Amino acid sequence: MDVTFRIRRLNPEIPGKDKPYWQEFKLSDVEPTDRVLEMLHRIKWEQDGTLAFRRSCAHGVCGSDAMRINGVNRLACKVLVKDLGAKIQVEPILGLPVLKDLIVDMEPFFAHYRQVMPFFVNDTPLPADGRERLQSAEDRELFDDTTKCILCACCTTACPSFWANGSYVGPAAIVQAHRFIFDSRDQAAADRLDILAEPNGVWRCRTIFNCTPACPREIEITKAIGEVKLAIMRGSPEGIIQVREVKHEG
Amino acid sequence: MQTHQFDAIIVGAGGAGLMAALYASKGGANVAVVSKLYPTRSHTGTAQGGIGAALGNHEPDNPLWHAYDTVKGGDYLADQNAAKVLAENAIDAVIELEHMGLPFDRTPEGRISQRRFGGHTSNFGEKPVRRACHAADRTGHMILQTLYQQCIKNEVQFFDEYHVVDVLMNQGACVGVVAVQLGTGELHVFHGKATLFATGGWGKVWRVTSNAHSLTGDGAAITFRRGVPLEDMEFFQFHPTGIYKMGILITEGVRGEGGVLINRHGERFMEKYAPRIKDLASRDVVSRAIYLEVRDGNGIQGKDYVYLDVRPETVNRYLAEAGETRRVTGEEIEKKLPDILDFCRVYLGVDPVKEPMPIQPTAHYAMGGIPTNVDAEVVIDENWTVLPGMYAAGECACVSCHGANRLGTNSLVDLVVFGRRGGMKIAEYVKQADLIPLPANPTAEIEAEFKRIRGSKGKSKPGELRGIMQKVMMDGVGVFREGPNIQKAIDTICELRERYQNDLSLDDQGYKFNTDLMETWELGCLLDLAQVTAKSALARTESRGAHSREDFPQRDDVNWLVHSLAFPKMTSPYQQGTLEIDLNLNKKVDLSLAETDPRFAPKERVY
Repeated sequence: MDVTFRIRRLNPEIPGKDKPYWQEFKLSDVEPTDRVLEMLHRIKWEQDGTLAFRRSCAHGVCGSDAMRINGVNRLACKVLVKDLGAKIQVEPILGLPVLKDLIVDMEPFFAHYRQVMPFFVNDTPLPADGRERLQSAEDRELFDDTTKCILCACCTTACPSFWANGSYVGPAAIVQAHRFIFDSRDQAAADRLDILAEPNGVWRCRTIFNCTPACPREIEITKAIGEVKLAIMRGSPEGIIQVREVKHEG
Repeated sequence: MQTHQFDAIIVGAGGAGLMAALYASKGGANVAVVSKLYPTRSHTGTAQGGIGAALGNHEPDNPLWHAYDTVKGGDYLADQNAAKVLAENAIDAVIELEHMGLPFDRTPEGRISQRRFGGHTSNFGEKPVRRACHAADRTGHMILQTLYQQCIKNEVQFFDEYHVVDVLMNQGACVGVVAVQLGTGELHVFHGKATLFATGGWGKVWRVTSNAHSLTGDGAAITFRRGVPLEDMEFFQFHPTGIYKMGILITEGVRGEGGVLINRHGERFMEKYAPRIKDLASRDVVSRAIYLEVRDGNGIQGKDYVYLDVRPETVNRYLAEAGETRRVTGEEIEKKLPDILDFCRVYLGVDPVKEPMPIQPTAHYAMGGIPTNVDAEVVIDENWTVLPGMYAAGECACVSCHGANRLGTNSLVDLVVFGRRGGMKIAEYVKQADLIPLPANPTAEIEAEFKRIRGSKGKSKPGELRGIMQKVMMDGVGVFREGPNIQKAIDTICELRERYQNDLSLDDQGYKFNTDLMETWELGCLLDLAQVTAKSALARTESRGAHSREDFPQRDDVNWLVHSLAFPKMTSPYQQGTLEIDLNLNKKVDLSLAETDPRFAPKERVY
C-alpha cells in the first residue's frame, strides 16, 4: 500500500527551518504489518537523511521512540501501519522542548523522576544466612504493574496537568514512586509520600485518565496514582491494594 | 573541545557499565558514565528469561554444575577458570541484586523463583534444573532499572547521549576517550586513570537480529583500531527463536515453561537432535536443528521458519508423555510470559495461548570481543599481558567464560559478575596509579574522520551499504558457514569499505543531533567488525559451538583448543585503504578444572 507521512519538523541550525513546520513524505510498498519506526527509517535512509528521531530496541522495551502519532502518544516501534491507515501524522511528544524534529529535551522528565527517590531503601541488617530477603508472592504481586515502566514519557507528555504546569512531577514519576511505596521490603514509603504530598506532587493530577491509554506497557497508571493519593490520605500504604490470588507452583 | 577529568570512565550504561560504575564509586573512585543512550535504553533491558545462579531454591543445585554446563555449552572453548568464577560469583551477585531491591518472582517460601533454561542441568548433564532466577519475562529490564536506581542513589555522574568515538592511549596505557555530545556535535575528552568499555554487542552486522539499532559494536571497533586485539570473533550466537522476519527475541523461557518446537508435520523435531533434553538443548544446537529442518523441507508451508508452541494443551501433552505431574493453564502462561504474548499479539496478530508462534534463528550475541582476564582488565596477547588502564566487561568483552556458545541466562550473569569485579579492580587501581597525561592533539584524528564523513559528496547511501553487509554476512557467516561463502563475504565487505571511504553520500551536514552522521560512523564500526568476524571464521577450519563449517564439520581438539586473536595492521585508526588483519592462534584455552576433574575434559557434546 501507499502511505503518506506528515511529519512535524524543526532544525535549529538551518534558517527557515528553525521554527516548527510540516513536511510530507510518500512511501510505496508498505506492508500493513510494518511498524511506524521502520517507515521513519525508510524515509531517513531512502529520502531524507536529516530526519532526526531517537530509537533503539525497536520492539517496545527501551522507551526511546515515544512520539505523537495521529494525535496519540505511542512508541513508533509498537504501532503498525494497519492500525493507522494511509495517512500518518507524526509529531514530537508535547510538553517538553523540541530540540530537532522528533527529538525533545528529556532532562526535565528525568529530573522529575529523580525527585521521587526512585531507588530501593532498606537499611536493616541483611539476612544472617547471607541469602535473599524474603517476600511473599502476594506482596510481590502488589507492585507488579508499576515495575513494567520503561520511562518512555508517553504518559507524562499526554497529561494536560503536565502541559499546564511543567513543575508537576507527572504520571511517570508517580508510577516509579508507586513501585517502591508498595514494595513490602522498602522502608522509605513515608519519605516518598511526603514528597508526593507537596503542591507539585500527586494533587496536580485531576484524574483525566490520559496517561492510562497512553502507556505502551499497559500499566494502570491512573489507578496507581489513585493508590498513592489514598496512601497519603491514610498516612500509610498498608491495605490499599487488594491482593489478587496468587497461584503457587510446586 | 572540553576536557573532563575523572578517576574512572565507564563507557556504556547497560548492566555491566552500571555495575562497574556502582562498585568503582562505592570503592571511592570518582566515576563518570558516558553513554550514547539514556541508561534505561540500554539493551540489557531487553533480556527476558532470567539470570542463572545455583541458588537451589527449588531443587538441589551446585555452582560446579553451573560451571560444567557453561563449559559444555561453550563446546569446551570457554576458559575454565573464568567459567568457574562466573558460576561461583553468580550466587552472590544475584543475592546482591535482590538486596538492591530487584523484584524477582517468588517461591511459596518467599525465595527467588527459578525456572529451567536451555543447557542448564543438574549433576553434570543428568536432567534440566531450575536455575534461571526471573522477574516475569522482563528480568533484564528489572536488572537495568535496579542498577540505574542504585547509581542515582549513589550519585554516580552520568553523561547521557555522549557518543564515545575514540580511545586515547599514551605511554602504553589507556588514558581516556573522546566523545561526541549528540545534542551539540561538540567533541569532549574524558581523561582518566581507568577506562572500562561496556558497550555491548554488534548484532547489526546481520540482517535478522534480536539486537537494538544501537548495537553497532563501537567499543570493540575503536579499541581494535588502536591496536587492541579482538578475541574469538568467529563465534556469534544465533538464538533459535526470533519472531519470523523481524528477529525479535522470544525467550528460551518459553521452552523452559514447556514450550516445544514443531515442524510442518507437527513433529517435535528436537527429539531427533537432542534426545535427552530436547528443546532445552543449547542454542547453537537448536538453531542448527531448525536450519536442517528447513533445508529438508520441513519448514512451515515449506518456508524458512518453524513453530514454537506453548499452547497449554501442547505443553500438557508432552509433560504427560514425559511422566511429569506438572500441568500449565493459559492463565499461568499469561502471568509468566506477558511481554512475549504482547510481542506476538502486536507484531504478528498471533495469540500464543491459542496458536503457535512462527520463529526462525536470529543473530543474538557476541561470544567474542575485547580480551580480558577475570578482573575485566584488558589483555593484549596470548601471555595475558595487561594493558594498563583499560578494562572491558559484558558483551563487548571476551573473558572467555562463554567459549564457542553462550548458555541462556549467562549474559546477565556475565554483566553483573564481571562488571562488579571490574568496578572493584578499578577502585583499587586508581588509588595507586598516576594520571598519565593525554596524548598531543587528542581529538585530531577523529575530528578529521568526522570532517571527511560530514563532507561526503559521493553516491553511496549508508543505509544501502549497511543492507548489503547485513545480507552477505547473514548468507555467508551465519548459522552454517563454508569457505567460499565466507570468502565472498570478505570480498564484499572490502568493496563496501572502499565505497565507505570514497563514495559516501550524506544528507545532514549539521552538528546538533546529526543522527545521519552518527549512524554512518557506526556503519564504519560494523564494517570493521564484520571483516574481523569473517576473517576469523575463515581461519577456523573446524566446527565448534556457534561456528559451524560445512566444509569442516568436526570439532578438532588437537589443533583448535585455542582462542583466535585478531590484530589490525594499521598505523592510524582511520587509515585509508584495505583493512589488513593479523590472526594469532597461540592463545590456549584454560583447562584448569579438567586437570583435577576429568568430567571437565573436552568430550563429544551430546544433549
